[in-house]
Amino acid sequence: MELIFALVIGALTASGVYLLLRARTFPVVMGLTLLSYGVNLFLFASGRLSTGQQPIIGSTEIYADPLPQALVLTAIVIGFAMTAFVVVLSLRNLADNEDDHVDGCPPEHPADRAQEEEEPGK
Amino acid sequence: MSLPLVVLLPFLGAIAAPLFAQGGRTAIAIASSVPALIALAALFPHWDTLADGGVVLHSYEWLPAIGLSLSFRLDGLALMFALLILIIGLLIILYARYYLKPNENVGKFYALLLCFKGSMLGIVLSGNLLLMLIFWELTSLTSFLLISFWSHKQDARRGARMALAVTGGGGLALMAGILIIGNIVGSFELDDVLAAGDLIKSHAMYPVALTLVLLGAFTKSAQFPFHFWLPHAMQAPTPVSAYLHSATMVKAGVFLMARLYPALAGTEQWFYMVSFTGMATLLIGAYVAMFKHDLKGLLAHSTVSHLGLITLLFGMGTNLAAVAALFHVINHATFKASLFMAAGIIDHETGTRDMRRINGLWRYMPHTATLAMVAASSMAGVPLLNGFLSKEMFFAEALELNLPGFWAWIPPIVATLAGIFAVAYSARFIHDVFFNGKPVNLPIYPPHEPPRYMKIPVEILVFACVMVGMFPAISVGPLLFSAAQATLGGEVPDYQLAVMHGINLPLMMSLAAFVGGLLMYSQRQRFFDFHARFKEVDEKAVFEAVVSRFVDLAQRFTALVENGSLQRYAVLLVASVIAVAATPLIDLGVFVGENGLSPVDWPTGISAVVLIVSALATAFLHRERFTALVLLSVVGLIVALAFARFSAPDLAMTQLSVEVVTIVLLMLALYYMPSWTPLETSPGRRTRDVALALVAGAGMTLITLAMLTQPFSSISEFFLANSKPGGGGTNVVNVILVDFRGFDTLGEITVLAIAALGIYAMLKNTALTPPPGDGQGHTWTRDAHPLMLKQIARPMLPLALMISAYIFLRGHNMPGGGFIAGLITSVALVIQYIASGMDWTQDRIRIKYHNVIGLGLLFATIAGAGSLAFSYPFLTSTFGYITWPVVGKFEVASALVFDLGVYLAVIGATMLALVSIGRLSPHSAIKSPREDS
Repeated sequence: MELIFALVIGALTASGVYLLLRARTFPVVMGLTLLSYGVNLFLFASGRLSTGQQPIIGSTEIYADPLPQALVLTAIVIGFAMTAFVVVLSLRNLADNEDDHVDGCPPEHPADRAQEEEEPGK
Repeated sequence: MSLPLVVLLPFLGAIAAPLFAQGGRTAIAIASSVPALIALAALFPHWDTLADGGVVLHSYEWLPAIGLSLSFRLDGLALMFALLILIIGLLIILYARYYLKPNENVGKFYALLLCFKGSMLGIVLSGNLLLMLIFWELTSLTSFLLISFWSHKQDARRGARMALAVTGGGGLALMAGILIIGNIVGSFELDDVLAAGDLIKSHAMYPVALTLVLLGAFTKSAQFPFHFWLPHAMQAPTPVSAYLHSATMVKAGVFLMARLYPALAGTEQWFYMVSFTGMATLLIGAYVAMFKHDLKGLLAHSTVSHLGLITLLFGMGTNLAAVAALFHVINHATFKASLFMAAGIIDHETGTRDMRRINGLWRYMPHTATLAMVAASSMAGVPLLNGFLSKEMFFAEALELNLPGFWAWIPPIVATLAGIFAVAYSARFIHDVFFNGKPVNLPIYPPHEPPRYMKIPVEILVFACVMVGMFPAISVGPLLFSAAQATLGGEVPDYQLAVMHGINLPLMMSLAAFVGGLLMYSQRQRFFDFHARFKEVDEKAVFEAVVSRFVDLAQRFTALVENGSLQRYAVLLVASVIAVAATPLIDLGVFVGENGLSPVDWPTGISAVVLIVSALATAFLHRERFTALVLLSVVGLIVALAFARFSAPDLAMTQLSVEVVTIVLLMLALYYMPSWTPLETSPGRRTRDVALALVAGAGMTLITLAMLTQPFSSISEFFLANSKPGGGGTNVVNVILVDFRGFDTLGEITVLAIAALGIYAMLKNTALTPPPGDGQGHTWTRDAHPLMLKQIARPMLPLALMISAYIFLRGHNMPGGGFIAGLITSVALVIQYIASGMDWTQDRIRIKYHNVIGLGLLFATIAGAGSLAFSYPFLTSTFGYITWPVVGKFEVASALVFDLGVYLAVIGATMLALVSIGRLSPHSAIKSPREDS
């Protein structure tokens, strides 16, 4: 059980990291989502895996560790807020630059970027 | 109390003095004198204690955890320096009154001068090395500001920058050195450090500490090879040059050597490092001084040379040499300050400092000329003046130095040579300026005597030179003895302060220096010609070049890492995480811990395989965005199942509802975005990314495996035991969220709220037109709101709301709670938007989600603050039971109010984010300005 759980986290991390390194915003957002699944599962696993031991007083003999669960619960919600924020950031990027490249413009036009960089100095 | 007062007064004066600037220069000069006068009066009563070799210590705790205390300590050495600082400071204030022009910013000048005075007093009176460091840095800063007082001059700004860079850099080294010393001794208190000299010197880190401390001292006291900043600091107004750069600040390095003499001196390293540095500085300064045509340039290099002399004396390591060094500190301060003031007067009255133009001033200002000539004679070491006495002691010590063989000759020869140069440049100062024909083309002609009071400080200092020179034992004897006692830790050698010690070798050396020096001056043209053959190095240009090269290097490095490419940053980030995590992971070695592996059941195994395949497929098919999104949602759903499978019902419910909202969000975003990612990265780059991803994934697998198979103990026993009796709920996860760790949760919903408001703000005035189709020939369906969906969604709303209320209420005891209920409500609302469209829903659900967020945060905060009213800590909860009709006995906890806040904040944030994106659509009620036009 532990091995397969570890493999799940590994697969989530690997896919997440690969997507994180892409050049367009949408895959990056998906990568972040995958990565946060992995991280949440990892944090959750720090309380160890147990079956039928939900931490509801009186429901079983032994209880699973409730602390990582509480932490992960808020992490899931905050993770959603962050995903939403990044998605909107990429939408705004699309609206302003008419392009969904992570740097605001595709690398084919380095001249555009150089111009933009010069402007604040003027 | 009096010692901290002495240090504090000048700083208070710095605040007060500018207020008098309106009253004119005289008013502000008088106001600025007050702190020094009070300080002198405060120091006076301590003399009796100090004369007996005693120490006055006033100590207050500040930051005991790091060994920093407000500890002020007065002994003979500190007193000697404090008197120099205070008395010369007073004279400078008077002098500057006439030196500055009425239209200059005198308020700023005097304020800075007083700040400097306070910092300098802080250095000499600190009884704690860390405290001293603070004042040390303050002198560098005030010196920077004073050098650049005439900030419209480029040279002044450059000189100030150079001084700051050199002395500030030295300050960093000094800090490191002092930290090492404090580490060895276990205390930063000066008394402890001075008593632990043997411990420090025998410690393995001693050479490092010594080098660092000396770096600090050498940079501050302009020792070779750091001497170059001092001549360039002469761009400062002359009162500053006289005060900071000859009498006091440059002596701080020397003071440090004297202060730490018992702790650091007396070893071979000390001897070689200090004495050879001193020797080099002595010679180089004296040699260069001869060739300077600028009056202040000559004096500056002469100052460098004399500082080298003092350093050399400390380096010799004998007690007698240390006494001579202290004596020369006093003597140099008096004659050099008066010479600077005289140079300032000449500059003031002639408009130039070029000695090729200033000639024959004796005829125009005989009074000033007499004073300057006496002071310059003292600098040359003419008998009956104070410079002579300490120079004789120096010669004697140079002869005493027991170096093996041929080396024994070096110190006396260097000493005599430096003496020759000193006589030559002093002769030049006297002869070239006051005699030697007529003035050449002066900007102000004819020059005349300065205002009467401008000469008083010079007169006082010259008088001191003569007094000390003729009656050393009476005038300066007790002070010097007390300072020597403090420096050497009690064992003062036998020495005699007399005008003449009879005909001996040192006197012969002096004589040789005179003859040689005058000879050299008379043949100066040949030396000038000889010197002119070498290309003059402009240190400022070199310094600027070095600095700009560093800046250039830094910029290139920055451009390398910070090139504006997010991809580059992400790669660097991932790669460095892998690099940092790799070593401990490899060291771990075994990845399956003591607990071993447990068996896998079929449903779990199959789900896991589906999850892994979906995750990898998401990455593999990511260019097909919609497909990838569907696969992503599969992953999310199985993650929710995993939580359910491994005893976390709350997490499963949260994940499930978040999953719905997330996918809706991404679908919405995809509506505006291209549905296809172009292939633009090179295969090599993709291979690199795959490799990074695989390494990261493998690393996470191994870490997880290692963690899961280790036995562990948790702090959760407490939560499990106290959940019911303390928090009144059986769902421990919920009780942790709303009760035990309620403050965390409050912070988290605040983050949620800020993120939602950020989203709203980002999209407020943004318009996006979605592409007409998915880019592959398919247009959007015309039936945007299918009838079936509409008809099912509407009756679903009250049902869903009821369920969310149920989940919310039972949350304290059963899986559920504010987070989950909030998400369920959000999903129920989102379905209405999806089914019936933005406009239709907006007309019927007239809720401002900002207000919901605000209300949520308000509830949560009130629930927390409520406990304050009953004088319990923030967020203390209470609970009781009430009996409702129909429902029966029901538990009400104050945490429920808090959870209600969470519930509202989650709804508000989620809905605000989604609706903001939905509104971007051109079908929405709010038309974008771009479309109107």
